[in-house]
Amino acid sequence: MKVVRLKGAVVLVGRFPALAGVDFSVESGEVVLVRGANGAGKSTLLHLCAGLLRLSNGQGDVLGCDLASARGAVRRRVGLLGHDTALYGELTATENLRLWAQASRVGTTDITGALDRLELPTSRRDIAVDRLSAGQRRRVALAAIVLRRPELWLLDEPHAGLDSSGRKIVDNIITSAASAGAGVLLASHELRLSDDLAHRSVTLTGGRIVGDSANSTNEPTQ
Amino acid sequence: MTIWRTLWRDLKLFVDDAALAASKDLRIEWRARTTLAQMLPFAALVLVLFGFAFDANRPTLELATPGLLAMTMLFVAVVAVQRSIAVESFDGARRMLVLSGMAPAAVFAGKAAAVAVQLLIIMGLLTVGVVVLYDAAVESILLVVATGVAAALGLATAGSLLGAVVAGAKTQQAVLSVLLLPVSAPVLVAASRAFGDGFGTVAVNGWSWVGLLLAFAAVNAALGAAVYGALLEDA
Repeated sequence: MKVVRLKGAVVLVGRFPALAGVDFSVESGEVVLVRGANGAGKSTLLHLCAGLLRLSNGQGDVLGCDLASARGAVRRRVGLLGHDTALYGELTATENLRLWAQASRVGTTDITGALDRLELPTSRRDIAVDRLSAGQRRRVALAAIVLRRPELWLLDEPHAGLDSSGRKIVDNIITSAASAGAGVLLASHELRLSDDLAHRSVTLTGGRIVGDSANSTNEPTQ
Repeated sequence: MTIWRTLWRDLKLFVDDAALAASKDLRIEWRARTTLAQMLPFAALVLVLFGFAFDANRPTLELATPGLLAMTMLFVAVVAVQRSIAVESFDGARRMLVLSGMAPAAVFAGKAAAVAVQLLIIMGLLTVGVVVLYDAAVESILLVVATGVAAALGLATAGSLLGAVVAGAKTQQAVLSVLLLPVSAPVLVAASRAFGDGFGTVAVNGWSWVGLLLAFAAVNAALGAAVYGALLEDA
């Protein structure tokens, strides 16, 4: 089943075409690595798939929801890790996760489990997020996504700012999400880390896909 | 029956989302105490400086009390709304509101309610201040309270709406003041009249001015509920 389907997708940022006619799809259970230089359109592609940007032209649907008419429904079912963490600095890690859980209407009983999975030390869970290190904040942001159990994971440089144990945790999370049937779209410059995870790689240049190749050593499980 | 059940469920979801957004903003304010720490000294200074400006002339101060209360609330509203915008700006926190699936109208209602609560706290302390320092007599406590609540709702809804409009602007603080102060002129006029009746300094029907304040709040609440989602996305 296709979780992302784009046909001739154009996204304008001001007058600039950040995506200039993209044909692209992601299957459920598939991990797709998006490569490209800075400004190639990787983050724009992820934000479009999260329902945060409007299609200026072309067609697209995510998880069966039309990107032109049902972006609100898309947002509830995807998990996006951007360059920033989308956390409230004055709230603690636990409070931020409780807020995400209540707002997304998922249970609050898994908060401790999500933070355990990201191996955030217990002593750091009840202090304000703006007093955590960048890597710890990144772990909390990932825990918020784990808690929501999205059907499509959109991860923009997920290894950035993490130490080696954090990177291994991210890899495990991506692998288990794909095994559970979720689609994963991964934008990364850390190709050495991300290549092993990906079933397929696409290369963006100037808002267009110029390369799309399967990773023969890593086949999707579904 | 099914329609009523659906309406009841939607209303409950709306109230839950609004309560969540309001409690989040109030918890953040309680922890940081940014607005209160700025506004309490400001409100105290306004009371004392007005006292000096009118040579501690009690009849004059009593006459000035209604306008002073309304004007101070207006300035406090600017700061409270600026803070309400700022809490969403930390590390992309605003995206949480967009991606969570909360109803934008409920988020607007919750954020406006949080601003209104802060305004009411300042208003309550100011009222105690004018009674103690200016020896102002309250003729109708019910009217003073109703005026405070209605004015707080009007300022909070207008402020939250304009706050969402300017949230993406680089000079949002300056732009917010420029927009909110003139837009809130009806609140200033109506609250001054209604407070005046409540303190017994002007002979007007204060309740009709309270009605105007509530109408102002209702119009801004309806506008905010209608456009907040689009403004949140564009910010």
